[in-house]
Amino acid sequence: MSLEIASFLPMLRAQSKIEFLRLLRNPWFSIATIAFPIMFYAFFGLAQARMPYMNSTVGLYLLASFSAYAVMSISLFSFGASVAAERGNGATRLMRASPLRPLAYFAGKFIASMAFGGIAVLLLALFARLAGGVHLPASTLVLLLARLLLGSLPFVALGFAVGYLAGLNAAVAILNLITLPLAFASGLFVPLDQLPTFVQSIAPYLPTYHFGQLAWGAVGATSEPWQRAALWLLGYCALFTWIAVRAYYREERKEFA
Amino acid sequence: MSAETGEEAVLFRGVSKTYGTLVALDAIDLRIPRGQSVAILGPNGAGKTTALSLLLGLRNPTAGSLSVLGGKPREQAVRARVGAMLQSSGLPEYLRVDEAIALFRSYYPAPLPIDELLALAGLTEKARSRIARLSGGQVQRLYFALALCGNPELLVLDEPTVGLDVEARRSLLATISEIANRGRTVLMSTHYLEEADAVSDRVVVIDRGRIIADGTPSEVKGTVGRKRVAFTSRVAFDDVRLSRNGERYEALTESPELLLRDLFTRGIEIDDLTVTGATLEEAFLALTGGENKHVA
Repeated sequence: MSLEIASFLPMLRAQSKIEFLRLLRNPWFSIATIAFPIMFYAFFGLAQARMPYMNSTVGLYLLASFSAYAVMSISLFSFGASVAAERGNGATRLMRASPLRPLAYFAGKFIASMAFGGIAVLLLALFARLAGGVHLPASTLVLLLARLLLGSLPFVALGFAVGYLAGLNAAVAILNLITLPLAFASGLFVPLDQLPTFVQSIAPYLPTYHFGQLAWGAVGATSEPWQRAALWLLGYCALFTWIAVRAYYREERKEFA
Repeated sequence: MSAETGEEAVLFRGVSKTYGTLVALDAIDLRIPRGQSVAILGPNGAGKTTALSLLLGLRNPTAGSLSVLGGKPREQAVRARVGAMLQSSGLPEYLRVDEAIALFRSYYPAPLPIDELLALAGLTEKARSRIARLSGGQVQRLYFALALCGNPELLVLDEPTVGLDVEARRSLLATISEIANRGRTVLMSTHYLEEADAVSDRVVVIDRGRIIADGTPSEVKGTVGRKRVAFTSRVAFDDVRLSRNGERYEALTESPELLLRDLFTRGIEIDDLTVTGATLEEAFLALTGGENKHVA
């Protein structure tokens, strides 16, 4: 007699695989999250890579900045755009009618997004090393990755919220409106001290700013303690999760009640 | 496996579903024994999709209770024994056919082999094609393969032939018949009596949320399968069976032969005679008394 329901792990593996393929086979997604950070790095980072910056170098500082930008946009888009697309084309209904377990559905997206984020950071680090001679010790790289992947949780939640609240086209537009200004105003593209004063005064309240602090801290390019950034991100994570859960239940009541 | 006797595949008891003020299903009672192949026939908006959504656990009934394979529709163990093909459901277009099938196979405890699924759906040649490059008929057959992934005891198909050409329709219906002949319970909604006739042991006709006929295809054809007789005659005459509009006469009848024989016996000369199968819409009007919808 066979089991009554399918085992969880093979289901999770299959689900993670198709979510990863979704990201990989969307050329715009790869360009925006892998090619752009490398290109920015080539423009802004390479020339002054060896110049000192706090306890670090400009090369490492910008490597941390663009890594943070890449992981943040991957988290936002992979969750937001995919949820909005599945709601839009009815894939959600088909999966709901199947015995796919909700945990495998959500965890699959998470694993794929983390894997893609990890690859984006590694490629950027490799580029910095080969083209700019920027050396990131393995232990620092691990620390940076761990901080970015854990610290991206608020963006995962925000992505879900947008995915459940907006239609597909609107979702992509909204996510762009969130990602680009936030990244800019938090000093992920241009160092904060080169931004207008009013932007500098807003920055410490933005989730992306604290996400950046986590990354800069990993390479010794900030004086702020990581605990403060972690606490801010935890607060934002709670807020965005609350919005996402409410949006999810709104959808439940509308489509599946 | 399906030898548990006395257990229905599907049981609706006084099931109603309302959306706001719209009554989609009105106190439906329906019992489908295991192994039966049933067509749910009805016009758009009759409540077919709602009925299927309820038994797939996509929606909850407003009143009444229903069970599927002896359990609740939303139980994982029940879903693992049901396969579904929905209307207007999308698939990730970036996946290949074999990848989509592999994904859905992972959802079930004892899935059918991938080669068998591809063969059943006639997609063996297309296994490595992206979904985005399939024709409408091929996409529909892929949905069918996904519904069969778990080797389901109950197969639920919501208007599976929508958008298919004649040949694709014929071949999909033949495959559905084959599944039904393997002793699976098949529940299919459709607009077309011919489709119901081709694959089902039983036809349940619903309209405006109520079951208005339930029987074998030939029984239902007796009530639903009327013929429309139309002709012109330059000589005016009266017959209670016919409606008249100038020189144009029309009738909706179960026995067009009898009607025509009468007319010929009476020596009435007619032109432009056509005898056509009544559309389902007309049949519903006949069944439900359909006073309010008729437009001349």
